[in-house]
Amino acid sequence: MLEPAFVLAASFAYLGLLFAIAHWGDRRAAAGRSIIARPSIYALSLAVYATSWTFYGSVGRAASTGVGFLPIYLGPTLMAALWWVVLRKIIRISKANRITSIADFVASRYGKSTLLGGLVAVIAVVGIVPYISLQLKAISNTFNLLLQHPDVASPVSEPTSLLTDKALYVALVLAAFTILFGTRNLDATERHEGLVAAIAFESIVKLVTFVAVGCFVTFGLFGGFGDVFDRAAALPDAQRLFTLGGADAGYGGWLWLTLLSMLAIVLLPRQFQVAVVENVDERHLNKAIWLFPLYLLAINVFVLPIALGGLVRFEGAGVDADFFVLALPIAEGQDALALLVFLGGLSAATGMVIVEAIALSTMVSNDLVMPALLRARVARVTEGRNLRGLVLGIRRGTIVAILLLGYAYFRVAGEAPALVSIGLVSFAAVAQFAPAILGGIFWKGGTRNGALAGLGAGFAVWAYTLLLPSFSRSGWLPDSFLEQGPLGIELLAPEHLFGLEGMDGISHAMFWSMLVNVGLYVGVSLCSRQSAAEHSQAALFVDAFREPRAGARLWRGSASVADLEALLARFTGARRAGDALAAYASEHGSEGANGDRADAELVQHVERLLAGSIGAASARVMVASVVDEEPLGIEEVMGILDETSQVIAYSRELERKSRELEAATAQLRAANARLHELDRLKDDFVSTVTHELRTPLTSMRAFAEILLDNPELPVDERERFLRIVIDETERLTRLINQVLDLSKIESGGAVWNIAEIDLKEVIEDSAAATAQLFAERDAELRVHAPDGVGPVAADRDRVKQVMLNLLSNAAKFCAAERGEVAVELSVCDGAARVDVRDNGPGLTADDQRVIFEKFRQGGDAMTERPQGTGLGLPISRQIVTHLGGELWVSSVLGSGATFSFTLPLARGVSTGVVPGSD
Amino acid sequence: MAGRVLIADDEPNIVVSIEFLMRQKGYETHVARDGEEALAAVESFRPDLVLLDVNMPRRDGFEVCQKLRADGWTDLKIVMLTAKGRDIEIEKGLALGADAYVTKPFSTRELVARVAALLGDGS
Repeated sequence: MLEPAFVLAASFAYLGLLFAIAHWGDRRAAAGRSIIARPSIYALSLAVYATSWTFYGSVGRAASTGVGFLPIYLGPTLMAALWWVVLRKIIRISKANRITSIADFVASRYGKSTLLGGLVAVIAVVGIVPYISLQLKAISNTFNLLLQHPDVASPVSEPTSLLTDKALYVALVLAAFTILFGTRNLDATERHEGLVAAIAFESIVKLVTFVAVGCFVTFGLFGGFGDVFDRAAALPDAQRLFTLGGADAGYGGWLWLTLLSMLAIVLLPRQFQVAVVENVDERHLNKAIWLFPLYLLAINVFVLPIALGGLVRFEGAGVDADFFVLALPIAEGQDALALLVFLGGLSAATGMVIVEAIALSTMVSNDLVMPALLRARVARVTEGRNLRGLVLGIRRGTIVAILLLGYAYFRVAGEAPALVSIGLVSFAAVAQFAPAILGGIFWKGGTRNGALAGLGAGFAVWAYTLLLPSFSRSGWLPDSFLEQGPLGIELLAPEHLFGLEGMDGISHAMFWSMLVNVGLYVGVSLCSRQSAAEHSQAALFVDAFREPRAGARLWRGSASVADLEALLARFTGARRAGDALAAYASEHGSEGANGDRADAELVQHVERLLAGSIGAASARVMVASVVDEEPLGIEEVMGILDETSQVIAYSRELERKSRELEAATAQLRAANARLHELDRLKDDFVSTVTHELRTPLTSMRAFAEILLDNPELPVDERERFLRIVIDETERLTRLINQVLDLSKIESGGAVWNIAEIDLKEVIEDSAAATAQLFAERDAELRVHAPDGVGPVAADRDRVKQVMLNLLSNAAKFCAAERGEVAVELSVCDGAARVDVRDNGPGLTADDQRVIFEKFRQGGDAMTERPQGTGLGLPISRQIVTHLGGELWVSSVLGSGATFSFTLPLARGVSTGVVPGSD
Repeated sequence: MAGRVLIADDEPNIVVSIEFLMRQKGYETHVARDGEEALAAVESFRPDLVLLDVNMPRRDGFEVCQKLRADGWTDLKIVMLTAKGRDIEIEKGLALGADAYVTKPFSTRELVARVAALLGDGS
C-alpha cells in the first residue's frame, strides 16, 4: 500500500478532492447559495492556522520540551477573547474600505502610502518564506519516510541535485494548485468562496486524522493516558519534560512565545485572508471566539501522549521526533493509518501554502508590482489595455516565485533546525506589523513616518537576529559570525546583542525588534506631522465603530461617470463595472450614471471597488489619473472640518439672530408708525392753532390800524370797530386758555382736585351760569336732577367746565324758534349719567364723528359760521375720560342731538334712582 | 383808477376791516363767504381783483384759485390771504397761479399798496 506510485496517486486524488470542493463552493456562490455563510465554516477556516507545524512539529517540540509546545496554542486561545475588540474592528474597517490584504490595510491607514504597502509586502514575503519551506520540508520528509517503510529512521540528508529533489516538485505542484485555486478571477472583494470551503474541509481532515493517530497511540499502543505518562516517566530525561522550564525556554520564553502566537493568529497573511478578507459576516466572530480555541484544544490533546509514546517506543532509535506522528503507525505496520496520517499532514501543509501564497501574491501584485509599474510607465499602463490579464499574470508569477523561494530557503537553511524553530522565525517577522496595525486602529496619532521607521527598523533587527543566524547554522555564514559578532564586535553578536544573555533566540530577537519597532513608531509618530490624507484615514480607522460614513466630503475635483466606468471596466470587465455602477446608482437614487459629473461619493466608491483588485494605493493613483483632482493640503482639510463645524454653529447663530431681528423690526415699524402719526397730529395741531390764533389777531390789527389812520371816522363806526377789537381779544384769550388747558390735560400736567361732589348741585350751578345765554337765544332750559344720586369722585371745576361746554353748545345749536334744552341726571350701571338734549337740527353721522376732533366743528354746511374755538368738546371728553367716564353724542339728523356723559359713583353703590320722567 | 374787488373770506370781522379799507380807496367791493360763493361771485360781479382767503368752507382758496385759472380767468388778479404762512403754502399758492400771497395778520397799508400795484393804480 505504501508504494510510491500509490502514495502519489492518493495525494493527487486528495488534492483533486479539495479542488472539487472548491469548485463546488464557487459555483454555489455564483448561484447565490453560498455554503460558507455559516459561522462554523468560518471558524473551521480559521484553523488553517494549524499547519504541518501543528501536525508534526508540536509533537517534536513536546518530545524535547514537554509542555513547551503549548504557548503556541495558548496565544491564539487568549487572543480569541480579544478578537471581539481587535479583530472585529479590523474586519469592520476592512469591509468599509475594501481592504484585501495586510499590506493594503497598513498602506490605507497611513494615508494610502504605496511605500508602506510595499514595505509590508516585502517583509511578509521574506518572513513567510521560511514558513513555506517548513511545509515543503514536512511534505518531502514524510514522503521519504513513507517510501522507506518500515524503516523509520530519519532519512539522512544527502545533498541531492536539484532535479531529483522531491521538494522542488512538491513546490511546483503546490504552485500549480495554488494558481488554480486562487487566480482564476479578479474579484473586487478578493474573496474566494470555494477556497474557504476547501480549507474548512481540510481542517476537518487534519483534526480527524490527528485524533485518529492519537487514539491509536494512546489506546492502541498503550493503555490510555495514564499508561503513557507512567511509561514516559520512567525515561531518563523525563523530568525536564514535565516541568515548564524545559529546554531553554524558561518563563520569559513562555511569555514571548505566547505573545508571538497571539500576534500571529491575526497578522499572518493567511490568517488575515481567512479571518478578515474572507469574512462574510461580522457576527460569525461570535461563534469563532469559542469554536476555534475548542478546535485547538481538540487537536492538541494528543500531542503529548504521541510524543511520549514515541519517546518510549523509539528510545534510542534515532527517529526524528518531528515525525513521530507518522513513524508510529508505520512502525506498527498500520499502513492504512500511515497513509491517512500522511494525507492529513499533506492537507495541513497544502492548506497553509495555498492560502499563504494567494495572500502574498495579492500583496505583491497590489502593493509592490502595480505601484512600481504605475510609477514607471503611467501613461502606457493607463491606456486601454486589458489590465486584468496583466494583474492576474503578475499574481501567478508571484506564486511561483514565492514557492521557489520557499524551496530555496529549504535548501539553504531548512535542513538543520526543527520545524518549530523555523516557524517561529516567521512568527517573529509578522509580529513586526503589530505596532503599526494595532497602533493604527487605536491611536490616531500614528503617522506614516512612524510606521515606516518602526517597521523598517524592526524588520532589520529581525533579519539580523533571526534570519542571518539561521543561514549561519546551515553553514552559509561562518560560525564566528554568530559567536563573536561581525568583524569581531561582540556587542553586535546577532544572538546576544549588547550582551543580553539568558534568552533563547526567539525571545532575544523579539525583545530587541519590538523595542526598536515600538520605540521608533511612537517616537517618530509624535515628532512627525500627518498629511491630509493620513489624517482623514486615521479618523476613519480609529473611529470605525463610531462613524457610519465619512471621507466623501474631503475631496474636491471633477470626474465624469463614463470615465470612471471605463477605468473600472479595465480591471473587472465591462459587465461587472456596469453592474457595479448601476447598483450604486439605484442605491443612491441618482439617475445620472451616464456621462454626468460624478460626485465625491461615487468617486470614492469606484476607488474602493478598484482597490479590491489592485490595492488601495494603486487605486488611488488610477482614479487620480482619471479625475481632475485638487489636492487638499492638511490645512485645507482641517479648514474644511473646522468650517463645517463652524458653519453649523454660525447657521444656528444666524437663525437665532434673524428671529430676534424680525421681532425687533416689527417693533420698530410699529413705533415708527406711531411716531409718524403723532408727528402728523402735532403738525396739524400746531398749524391749526397758529391759524386760529392769527385769525383774531388779523382783525385786531386791521381795526387798530384803521382807527389810527382815520381820526375823522364817525363815532358809531369807531365804536363798532373798537367793539370788534375787544371781542377778538376775548376770543383770542379764550382760545389761548383752551389750548393751554387741553395741553395740560393731555400731557398729564393738569392738577386735579378730586373730591366727592354732588352732581345735582353742579348741574344747577351751571344752569344758573348759562341762564343769560339761554335768555339771549330765547331758548328754554329744563333740568331734571333728582336727589339721591350718589356722590362722584371728581374735580368740581372740571365737571362744571364740561357742563358749561355742553350747555353752551346746546344753546347755540338748539332750534332758532322755541329752542328747548333738557338736562337729565340719572344712575345707570353703577355710574351717574347726565344727558343734555337739544331740539336743534341734529348732526350727520360724519359730524358725530368729527366734532370731538380738535378745532373741528359741526355743521360746515351751515351758512352761518358757528362761534367757538372747536376745542370745547375735545377738552370735555378728555376731562370725562380722565375722571373714569365716557362722553358721547347720539343724534338723528333733523331731530336734535343728545350729548351724554357718565362718571363712576364714588362707592359704586346704586341708590336705585330711576330717571324721572317729565 | 378804481376797480372792482371781490373779498372772499369766512371771518366776518376780517371782511368788515378789508371792506372798509377797499371802499376807502374807492374800489367797488363784493363779499363771498365761502369757496362756492366766491366762484359764483366772480362770474356775476366780474371783479378785477380777488382777495382770496385760503381757509374757507366748501372750497378752500387753493381750489378756487386753481379753478379760476383753469376756467380762463387769466387776467384776474388773485391775492391769497392766509394765517398759514409756511413756505410750502406760499409756493403752492403761487404755483397755482396767484399773483400775490399775504399772510395774516397783515399790515393794512401793505395790503392796500399791493392791491393798488396790481390794479395799476399809481397812488
